[in-house]
Amino acid sequence: MDAITGAWDWLATSANWAGEKGVWHRLGEHVYLSALCLAISCLIALPVALYLGHIGKGGALAVNISNVGRAVPTFAVLVLLTLSPLGTAGDWPTIIALVLFAVPPLLTNAYVGMREADRDVVEAARGMGMSGPQLLLRVELPLAYPLIMTGLRSAGVQVVATATLAALAGGGGLGRIITAGFGNYNTPQVVAGAVLVAVLALLVEGLLVLTDRAFDPMRRGRGRARRSRTAGDAAADGSASDDVTAAGSRA
Amino acid sequence: MGAQSCLEANDWICGEYVRTRSQELIDATVQHVGITLVSVVLGLLIAFPLALVARRWRTAAGPVLGLTTILYTVPSLAMFALLTPVFGVSAAVVVTGLVLYSLTLLVRNILAGLESVPQEVREAARGMGYGPVRLLFGVELPLALPALTAGLRIATVSTVAMTTIGAVVGYGGLGNLISSGMEGFFKAEVLTASVLCVLLAVIADVLLLGLQRLLTPWTRAQARARSRARRERRAAGRAKKAVA
Repeated sequence: MDAITGAWDWLATSANWAGEKGVWHRLGEHVYLSALCLAISCLIALPVALYLGHIGKGGALAVNISNVGRAVPTFAVLVLLTLSPLGTAGDWPTIIALVLFAVPPLLTNAYVGMREADRDVVEAARGMGMSGPQLLLRVELPLAYPLIMTGLRSAGVQVVATATLAALAGGGGLGRIITAGFGNYNTPQVVAGAVLVAVLALLVEGLLVLTDRAFDPMRRGRGRARRSRTAGDAAADGSASDDVTAAGSRA
Repeated sequence: MGAQSCLEANDWICGEYVRTRSQELIDATVQHVGITLVSVVLGLLIAFPLALVARRWRTAAGPVLGLTTILYTVPSLAMFALLTPVFGVSAAVVVTGLVLYSLTLLVRNILAGLESVPQEVREAARGMGYGPVRLLFGVELPLALPALTAGLRIATVSTVAMTTIGAVVGYGGLGNLISSGMEGFFKAEVLTASVLCVLLAVIADVLLLGLQRLLTPWTRAQARARSRARRERRAAGRAKKAVA
């Protein structure tokens, strides 16, 4: 109980929010790093996954890559990169590690989404004389949208979580508040930092869910389909897509 | 002489390190395996009743799944940090955090497995006089095993990887070596511990896959039957084409 009131006091102290080691600065670092890495990961993973999904090749690679990603400890990769010659290059070890862990969920989900686009619809569009790029952009991409966004969500949450670990390897970000608290046995600071990180992770998840809904190209159609479907079907669908959701690993 | 110098040169790969510090490596591995094993077993023991509750009462399913998903969103460093005031600096912090993470994967997969059991099978068993308990353990659970072990494998592999973060409270198994190697800039220690960690994950995955095959011999028989049927169909198709 002491720890909770202590954490509240810590958070209420304005001195803890200002300056180089303050919450605002760490939060800025955290958000900047996460956003940058998510953008880089999307630029790498999505074109590759969309193309592979379009031509229907490389499926085993796309799916296995995320299984391998799960077995590799994030912390180990961060430390290995920090000790490598890259370690002297500022934020680069952190950025590379974050991108490495965000690419698998993006790649796997986008690929699976493209492959699972209704084949009959794709064939019909081809029969109507659509060219390859038209097919990709106008038919397969909208159909794959839900799974791509699921991938983006797990990648986003994972990047935010992994950016926390960067602090263990000497990087910046909100995790620094926790590790600093552990360093000088300041439990209230540890708890306060943890609450900040947890709230940020939940906020990011919520924000990505909203983005997902707002930009769904077939929002109306899907809404109608969902309403008209029976409850049983909906439940079965939910569990199937959850398996893919779980394709991301934890950090 | 050559072997001695790899420690002094601080090489990434160093046989001398593995030889001289083998006890340290074994201790860390044992701690790592112990924490992982306890976490996964506890996770399974908690997830199973939760999944049953979520299946039995539809209204409970939403909160159970929602809560475990929210827990899954919390970054591991924050989770361990939040648990330290409760348990103090101990292995319990790491185990509790890992159990909470494994719940999401396990509950969802157990639920999906139980729901994939065909209704006819359930009806048939009931017609044969199976009570609810015997139905669950004798019919539904075995049929749900493939989905269940799929979740168990994912949970185990990610738990092995995540145990390393336990180093923040000193109970991270191989993660302790990674973190001490980082502080001392000792490359061989970091790389060896990291590789061992990945190896542990792969071994655990293969063992669980083997266990699943052992426990569900019928799925292999089905797969064989399916591929035989496919071969025969293809052969018949060829024969028809040849005749035409």
